[in-house]
Amino acid sequence: MIINIEGLEFGYSSTPVLKDVTAKLEGPKFISILGPNGVGKSTLIHCINKILTPTTGTVMIDDREVKEITIKEMAKMVGYVPYSANDTFPLTVVDTVLMGRHPHSHRGSLDKDLDIVYETLEMLGILDLAMRSFNELSAGQHQKVMLARGLAQEPKILLLDEPTSNLDVRHQLEVAKMLKRLSREKDILVIMICHDINIAAKYSDEIILMHEGTVFDVGTPNEVITRENLETVYGVDAKVIDDDGMPHVILKDSYPEKKPVKIDSDIQETSETPLETA
Amino acid sequence: MFSAEGSNADGSAKDQMKEEYRKYTFRKVLFMVGCATILIILFGYALTLGSHKIDFFTVFTTIGNHIMGATYQIGTPEWTNDYLVWEDRLPREAIAIVAGVGLAIGGAAMQSVVKNPLADPYTTGISSGAVLGVTVALALGITAGSIAGNYGLVANAFLFGMIPTAVTIIVSRISKTSPATIILAGVAMSYLFNAMSTLILISSEAGKIQEAFLWQIGTLQWTTWDDFPLMFIIVAAGSIVLAFTSKQLNILTLGDESAKSLGLNADNYRLLVLVVLSLMTSAVVSFIGIIGFLGLVSPHIVRTIIGSDNKYVIPAAAIFGAMFLLAADLIARMVINPGELPVGVIMSFIGGPMFLILILKSKKGVW
Repeated sequence: MIINIEGLEFGYSSTPVLKDVTAKLEGPKFISILGPNGVGKSTLIHCINKILTPTTGTVMIDDREVKEITIKEMAKMVGYVPYSANDTFPLTVVDTVLMGRHPHSHRGSLDKDLDIVYETLEMLGILDLAMRSFNELSAGQHQKVMLARGLAQEPKILLLDEPTSNLDVRHQLEVAKMLKRLSREKDILVIMICHDINIAAKYSDEIILMHEGTVFDVGTPNEVITRENLETVYGVDAKVIDDDGMPHVILKDSYPEKKPVKIDSDIQETSETPLETA
Repeated sequence: MFSAEGSNADGSAKDQMKEEYRKYTFRKVLFMVGCATILIILFGYALTLGSHKIDFFTVFTTIGNHIMGATYQIGTPEWTNDYLVWEDRLPREAIAIVAGVGLAIGGAAMQSVVKNPLADPYTTGISSGAVLGVTVALALGITAGSIAGNYGLVANAFLFGMIPTAVTIIVSRISKTSPATIILAGVAMSYLFNAMSTLILISSEAGKIQEAFLWQIGTLQWTTWDDFPLMFIIVAAGSIVLAFTSKQLNILTLGDESAKSLGLNADNYRLLVLVVLSLMTSAVVSFIGIIGFLGLVSPHIVRTIIGSDNKYVIPAAAIFGAMFLLAADLIARMVINPGELPVGVIMSFIGGPMFLILILKSKKGVW
């Protein structure tokens, strides 16, 4: 699976978010997208799976323009694990994960669909939650169920929006390990948005670092996670050490804002875009 | 990607999960069968009740004979029975069932669309539209006195009932914000249309004001077989559409982003659901006035018992709604003798406290 992004631009009415993003994501692989709040990480993956339509630029999946792919076709190829889930009318875990089968299911496919639901629940170790109601679960369990739903789509590409943000340390590691395993064992191109630099550095095959609405650096964790990059993009002073061949970040201090914020509210001069999209 | 067979050790755990799931869904079906049974019993019982009691066996044979084409001499007891059962009670109950189904399914669908358990089929302002339609018709001189007049009122109520929905849909397409947009637009429409109705009425004579008021009270008292075909066709068609797309309704409730990622065009489907449920609700309201609470409470109670999967909530709410309305109508007919109270009033008397109890007892958090 190859995703080719060329000159992608996107803005919410008057506010530009993505500016001239160009990247090539080739899988199967475990890719992390890193960057500060509001830099456009969620926006970028939403432009990949057609949740948003870019203002200019192209996104191609395996040499097919995403514009030409229908939502239904897209759902068969690309799984999406959102940041949070709607809880208004909760279903059981099985029913929730079954919804992931929607792009593939048809009359009489319930049996096969349940087989696949079983496989995903088992793989994620949440089989005992099968008949529980979604709103009775903890945040960690929620996340695994959402992940199961995305996997039930049998996708070739899996997009995850901050899957570890709400989790305790053990679950953070478990989920990251699992995603890496998936990219290997199931040949999936896994693309994860992450706020935890160390988790991303430890498990990803490749990191895309975004800054001011565009791609700042791409490469292996060792190439991208450097003191200079962290200073420029995140505005932090950090020490990067080697841990078993992978970089590990020790945060020392934050730098003050690059330019002072003027009192005149018409002119906002910060180094970050005002929108929080993550 | 996944093999459907699995290893032998997997086999039994997988079968166990599937078995549990099937038992779970079977319980839901059982609930529906139970409600349907009560519905049938109520239906039969209601046919025997009225100012003139007819025992069940006579009811049964009267219906049978009527289907066979029997006619009677006016004034004979057989003729009376036939008339009461066939022209008075049967159409009333048939319409009660159709209306109950329409309002309950409308409520269930609206709640999924706006992702809010407090929504009902009138959320987009249909009831105030229908009332305005009737007010306008009355002001223009159409009355319910003649058959043509009656149709005129119904048609106008129906047409005007669709206007608030149309506006709400347009607004939500333009502004593209949250489902709250639909609710708020509906509220705005209700205020606007009620204001227009009031304006017309205060410049009308007392007789017209009274007629307008009486029209919008939900009642099954004046229903005849003439009212049945159109209501039945629209409610049946709408129910089939919603029941067959119940999976999409589930997905719509996840939110537009998740819905799109699962292959559902949320905007288009939401539009379809709103149009269908507006047609159903308008059809019901135009013939029997405004009956509140049914569309709100039926899906609620059903969800508390069988969960929120629309595949089962839609048909279950339909059966429950029909049962509920039939029971309320029975009470409406029998609570004072002779005469009757409007079923809309009875429904509010029952529905109000019932809803309070639901709120207080809610621990499962179906919200």
